[in-house]
Amino acid sequence: MGVPAMSYEQAVADFDPVLGLEVHVELNTETKMFCGCPTTFGGQPNSQVCPVCLGMPGSLPVVNAVAVESAIRIGLALNCSIAPWSRFARKNYFYPDMPKNYQISQYDEPICVDGYLDVEVDGQTYRIDIERAHMEEDTGKSLHMGGATGRIHGADYSLVDYNRAGIPLIEIVTKPITDTGAKAPEVARAYVTALRDILRGLNVSDVRMEQGSLRCDANVSLRPDREAPFGTRTETKNVNSLRSVERALRFEIERQAQVLRAGGTIVQETRHWHEDTAKTTAGRTKEEAEDYRYFPEPDLAPVAASEEWVEQLRSSLPEPPAQQRARLQQAWGFTDLEMRDVINADALDLIEQTVALGASSAGAKKWWLGELARRSNDSGVPLAQLGIDPKGVARIESLIAEGALNDKMGRQVIDGVLAGEGSPDEVVAVRGLVLVSDDGALIVAVDAAIAQNSDVADKVRSGKVAAVGALVGAVMKATRGQADAGRVRELLLERLGVQ
Amino acid sequence: MSFHYTSAVDLADGIATGEYSAREVTTAFLDRIAETDGELNAFLLVDTAGALATADAIDAARADGEALGPLAGVPVAVKDVLATRGLTTTCGSRMLEDWVPTYDATVTARLREAGAVIVGKTNMDEFAMGSSTENSAFGPTRNPWDTQRIPGGSSGGSAVAVAARQTPLSLGTDTGGSIRQPAAMCGVVGVKPTYGGVSRYGLVALASSLDQVGPFATTVTDAALLHSVIGGHDPRDSTSIDAAVPPVLRAARHADIRGVRVGVVKQLTGDGFQPAVRGLFQQALDALAAAGAEIVEVDCPHFEYALAAYYLILPSECSSNLAKFDSVRYGLRVGDDGSRSVEQVMSMTREAGFGPEVKRRIMLGTYALSSGYYDAYYGQAQKVRTLIARDFADAFHDADVLATPTAPTTAFPLGEKVDDPLSMYLQDIATIPANLAGVPAMSVPIGQDESGLPVGLQFMAPAMKDERLYNAGAALEALIGWESRP
Repeated sequence: MGVPAMSYEQAVADFDPVLGLEVHVELNTETKMFCGCPTTFGGQPNSQVCPVCLGMPGSLPVVNAVAVESAIRIGLALNCSIAPWSRFARKNYFYPDMPKNYQISQYDEPICVDGYLDVEVDGQTYRIDIERAHMEEDTGKSLHMGGATGRIHGADYSLVDYNRAGIPLIEIVTKPITDTGAKAPEVARAYVTALRDILRGLNVSDVRMEQGSLRCDANVSLRPDREAPFGTRTETKNVNSLRSVERALRFEIERQAQVLRAGGTIVQETRHWHEDTAKTTAGRTKEEAEDYRYFPEPDLAPVAASEEWVEQLRSSLPEPPAQQRARLQQAWGFTDLEMRDVINADALDLIEQTVALGASSAGAKKWWLGELARRSNDSGVPLAQLGIDPKGVARIESLIAEGALNDKMGRQVIDGVLAGEGSPDEVVAVRGLVLVSDDGALIVAVDAAIAQNSDVADKVRSGKVAAVGALVGAVMKATRGQADAGRVRELLLERLGVQ
Repeated sequence: MSFHYTSAVDLADGIATGEYSAREVTTAFLDRIAETDGELNAFLLVDTAGALATADAIDAARADGEALGPLAGVPVAVKDVLATRGLTTTCGSRMLEDWVPTYDATVTARLREAGAVIVGKTNMDEFAMGSSTENSAFGPTRNPWDTQRIPGGSSGGSAVAVAARQTPLSLGTDTGGSIRQPAAMCGVVGVKPTYGGVSRYGLVALASSLDQVGPFATTVTDAALLHSVIGGHDPRDSTSIDAAVPPVLRAARHADIRGVRVGVVKQLTGDGFQPAVRGLFQQALDALAAAGAEIVEVDCPHFEYALAAYYLILPSECSSNLAKFDSVRYGLRVGDDGSRSVEQVMSMTREAGFGPEVKRRIMLGTYALSSGYYDAYYGQAQKVRTLIARDFADAFHDADVLATPTAPTTAFPLGEKVDDPLSMYLQDIATIPANLAGVPAMSVPIGQDESGLPVGLQFMAPAMKDERLYNAGAALEALIGWESRP
């Protein structure tokens, strides 16, 4: 553009960003929104279709009651009001991956309205107001063949896979998010993260951004200050990870600030985020808003959620993730920093279950965030899929607490469990991991160590108690680590006549 | 043996008792189709092999002592807007000229379960848009009473098939009068059931909130037999009513008009109806009164706006319903030579595949739904619809059934109104209110005008009180004593 790049700090010093986030959630119902076809990911193209989701002439939609239930539960978890009466509408536009050339969605009568979600960034709470959450059906997928880029331009022909057509989606739309200043991208990321955690807790979606079961469209505009009217916004799509939410918004804020500072104007358009180049590029221009000719879907009866049903669903909601964290942090006595490490390592549930099985919170944290987190990082395998479960960790921790193992042996047990040698008890038995607690056997080793290291023994005798460490090491080596180091130290001092 | 003037009820009985075989009956009607359809063009497809195979299966089942369905061995023709597995379903359009559904409409499936012999698919105005069957892409159907005249529409093929005794029964669809108006013009009985009373699954939608499948027959009892087979709840249609089929057959068989309050709709009797139509309508009312019915006048002030509201709601829904015909998944494809974009191919296909009336209504509807016009057009029309439903509710407070002439005129000459869509639209002035309110309605023949052309009377009843139509219709049929034989 010939204008020197503007730093992010400069951009947010000069302009106030306003955000709007639209999150699409693919529900994990067994069947599609309006027909009985399966929803499993990755099937052979066009193998999960029927006359209804292909939009064949004469076919009619029937609402999936489980999807409605999921929509209500999501609304309740996001503090929304549940409409006693809501309707589907047709959103009309032509696109080859849309079988009927209209999408069954909700328009002016959505099922969930007026909610909020509180998120925390650097100790400050931001309330994100949610305008609506509504139900709709997903479209198919176009595959553009023969070109270099996989995009429609330059392709020889296109194929369409309708397996995804009709998968139930919930679209969650925020109200404009203002007054977040320089923190805007972080707030956005925190919001999508919190939303993901809630949806995961509700067990209504796989919430896998990389597979598209959670998709975020990030809208942002800039204005000179917090009193000024909103500026022209852009909508960034293809934001496929939590990290990308933050990065894409940061980039867009910088880009828009640069355009505005150079005297340009922002074009209302859809932009695409590119993870590899860390940039957004212009897509479809929305200068003239597309006219979707919405009207109430005449093939479907309105959805009337009775108060009893809603209350029943409300009473069965799981504990909200933020509340669960606060409760556990207090119960476990972790600092904020420790808690953040637990969350970042995705170890909250694992530690909770380990503690529930009898381990101390400190012990559970020590294993999951220490030894196991290290192995997870080294191997790239998520903590929960490492091959050892909370039950196994709780057992190892209890063996150590009983004095049957020491920490080093505990790590050997983990080796064994991960190597598929069985449960912790089986590994202990097979590997013969027994903490030598028989003083008679230890005394032999202690005396041998004293005899072989007479100079060190003399130092200890003369009062340099700290030197005993070298003798402890020698005994541990001689017993191949299967001794209780504390007891060895006691015996050494006793034999050397110290204290 | 000739079965052409035997009722469907008697045919079913005769086959069930072994008086004659399903094959004999089917063959007789197939022969009749072969003799007459070159001139009439009521059929777009005659499934001779399929019909005979079904008939033979019925005969074999009977020989084995199996229980037979209520329509076992009775030939039925199906309007070509209803999906029939393995048989082309064109909707009277080039767009679907070669489309063979892989599934049956629910009504088709119910016909098969009842043992009916599906003899073929009948001609219609393209995608059911029209009142004369002249909008078919495959040539017009001719009225058997005067082959220079139209049979009415859009279910003209199904009306003619029954009137000309090419089949004893047929199915049509009615969005604004498309069963009742051709029934009146061809001198047969035609019924539009309560909206939601018969499944729409597999009916290629014109206007989803108005469309309904219904029977054609030569007698009210035959219509009731077919109605009772196709009616009832269908979980695949969310607008289908979860209730038993109204007792239409019993009502038709035990008709009693005494004490029935017949409401004459003030707004649908005066100007605009041909004198002969008005005269025969008055004679029918007199006959009903003489037989013990109570004739009352009812006021439905908002019926005046029914046609205007209808021509906003129907095109709006149809513009969306017909969007799926885009060449991508099935149907016609034009211009796909590798040089054009998918949008260009869609556009060329729709240009070539749709006739002028279809395009007119798609454009009207697209406009009516567009941003900034929605409230003034579609929104306002929906309000009128509510007011019309209230008019009906008020009228049914004073009357058990309502009566009007079915159509303002008798059959008009082919080509007369082709270039005058508004005059064509006026054909449905009396039939549209029932569709807008979702109430059931029937057309019964009440005689012929001075040129020998049939005239029909329309009864309307409250929703899910379809049996009242059959009671009044069968009573009137007996009083008039007119037999349809073109």
